[in-house]
Amino acid sequence: MGEITSAGLSLEPVAGWGRHPVERGAVARPERLHLSPDGRPVLPRGLGRSYGDAAVPAAPGALVLETARADRVVAFDSERGTLTCEAGLSLAEILRVFLPRGWFPPVTPGTKLVTVGGCVACDVHGKNHHRDGSFGRFVDRLVLQVADGSVVECGPERERELFLATVGGMGQTGLITEVTLRLRPVESAWMVVETEPVPGLGAMLDGLRDAGKDWPYTVGWIDCLARGSAVGRGILMRGRHATPMEAAGRRLPRGLPLTVPVDAPEWLLNPLFMRWFNYLYYRLHGGALKRRVVFHDRFFYPLDAVGRWNRLYGRRGFLQYQCVLPRAAGAAPLTAILDRLGAAGAASFLAVIKDCGPASDAYLSFPMEGTTLALDMAYRGAATLALIHALNAVVIAHGGRVYLAKDAVTRAEDFARMMPRLAEWRAVRDRWDPGHRFRSAQSVRLLGDRA
Amino acid sequence: MKVAFVGATRGMGRALARALAERGDALFLLGRDAAEMARSARDLEARGLRAPVGHAPLDLGRPAGFAEALDAADHALGGLDALVVTGGAFGRQEELAADPARLAALLEVNFTGVVLLCQQAAARLAARSGGLICAFSSVAGDRARRSNYLYGASKAGLSVFLDGLDLAYRERGVRVLCVKPGFVKTAMTAGLPVPPFAGEPEAVAATVVRAIDRGRHQVYAPGIWRWIMLVIRALPRAVLRRAQF
Repeated sequence: MGEITSAGLSLEPVAGWGRHPVERGAVARPERLHLSPDGRPVLPRGLGRSYGDAAVPAAPGALVLETARADRVVAFDSERGTLTCEAGLSLAEILRVFLPRGWFPPVTPGTKLVTVGGCVACDVHGKNHHRDGSFGRFVDRLVLQVADGSVVECGPERERELFLATVGGMGQTGLITEVTLRLRPVESAWMVVETEPVPGLGAMLDGLRDAGKDWPYTVGWIDCLARGSAVGRGILMRGRHATPMEAAGRRLPRGLPLTVPVDAPEWLLNPLFMRWFNYLYYRLHGGALKRRVVFHDRFFYPLDAVGRWNRLYGRRGFLQYQCVLPRAAGAAPLTAILDRLGAAGAASFLAVIKDCGPASDAYLSFPMEGTTLALDMAYRGAATLALIHALNAVVIAHGGRVYLAKDAVTRAEDFARMMPRLAEWRAVRDRWDPGHRFRSAQSVRLLGDRA
Repeated sequence: MKVAFVGATRGMGRALARALAERGDALFLLGRDAAEMARSARDLEARGLRAPVGHAPLDLGRPAGFAEALDAADHALGGLDALVVTGGAFGRQEELAADPARLAALLEVNFTGVVLLCQQAAARLAARSGGLICAFSSVAGDRARRSNYLYGASKAGLSVFLDGLDLAYRERGVRVLCVKPGFVKTAMTAGLPVPPFAGEPEAVAATVVRAIDRGRHQVYAPGIWRWIMLVIRALPRAVLRRAQF
């Protein structure tokens, strides 16, 4: 375990959810968020569910400010569902407290074990992006403590540039201390879900587009080891919140809490096992259209049911790759990416595909009108890095970009090509944090911050 | 219950206050930092079933103010029937050993302050229809360890007091619960090496609520610490002498 520094901080290894890379940080977990007056560089970090190096210290022993203990509700308007909370409050806690009263997070990523501050910093998106956009669209107000220690309020109408730079800004504009967001009214804690097998990529893209017209939540699971005409074969899922009538009489699912106890051995993740897993998944959900009513957890957070599932990728960890490609690029670059993965024999359990709605005004927000693809790869050193750079080349050639909440590898020059508004964002950041006090391993890699 | 709560803004107190609020207990906060209490009060109102949650000043190091604080809680709650004290002071052995003033303050707060407050509250409750006194001691008070005996001594004294208070007052309708947390991951223990079986504040809160409902006089939290302390209390002195903890 960690050793102790004089300031009551513990020096411990810090990594993203992918467990690569790892760096030692001096971790503070205060119950009240504030910056030390000494101006020391700091990395704000939520629950550590970003995969890559976004919440990894910029240098060995750098200060990491974990926000999850600052989790108080500041105000809740039960008429409108407007929630003001400290930045460390998790979506899991919001669901626990407010779902029984009929309120749901307006946007949720694939895990509820994330803080509201982290959702803002990554401008997370969910299965409803085609209809509702990303998290920042539901944020009315942020309170930040900026580099010089002053406390600033911003929002869509107030200090708008700072707001747009902070949403999706990966924590690099200031310490987010408080967030006001609009929750969504729902009638039950249950979801009506339809799953349908689709034979290939074209059918998947058409299916997502069609489903998006009527369904608030859509997503596709792709068997990314299928080849030839079966590339893009997978399962299309669409969901909506169930009415009280549809949910009536259902009992809460009782599942034993599962946790992966140790790192899985690396031989487990061989291509044969992956092929078998993907095939099985396809078969289990295959056949015909199925319609079920499931608890919201099962639809939104299937992986949260398995504690520390990131250990399945073994001691060396894994990388997640998520890109978005503009609609105009068509299916070609997606096919190219899946082909390249297949050729490299890069193991992935499942790939997730989703259509996105219009991009946000936030400078560095990830989603854009088009299609996003996300997949895991076990980290196997140089070969994995080379593969990601090759995928990035495809993405850049077609005007797409990668998601910083997942990234640990992209080169600075490639990132600059993906982000047309990077210069605007840099100008705002430099105005509020000229010394780049808020920095991470990722900002060192992508933005040239000092380590 | 109608609970006067000392220590609800932080750590295990924050978690326990939330658990009580969520099951419908009325709360009134007592403590030193009015701004923090106001902030926690809003949190408890939003999560809980009963609003408003009020607050008044109380400093465990200043017993002269206890009566007034209990009056304020009584008034706001319409007659309190429970006192919960999670607040207290903590210091590392080496800091306390090096600084007599700090040690005196810790003993004053953890022992004298909590004893006087609970004693007063018990008398108040006994004069009505009874109620509950729940105070947080520590496993550190169960057996001396060289690395922690100063803090431990303050809690050992408190544990004996609470045990006796329960004996003296139970037949007058006042139940006393002594909570003995093991190592719990909170801001108080930040930076300390985390031992095996370390608990989370939410788990402690759930354990304490169960113990309250069952009318217990003592509870270890998390529960595993009951068995750990059974072993540690049974260790021969020679072993403790040689052990580095």
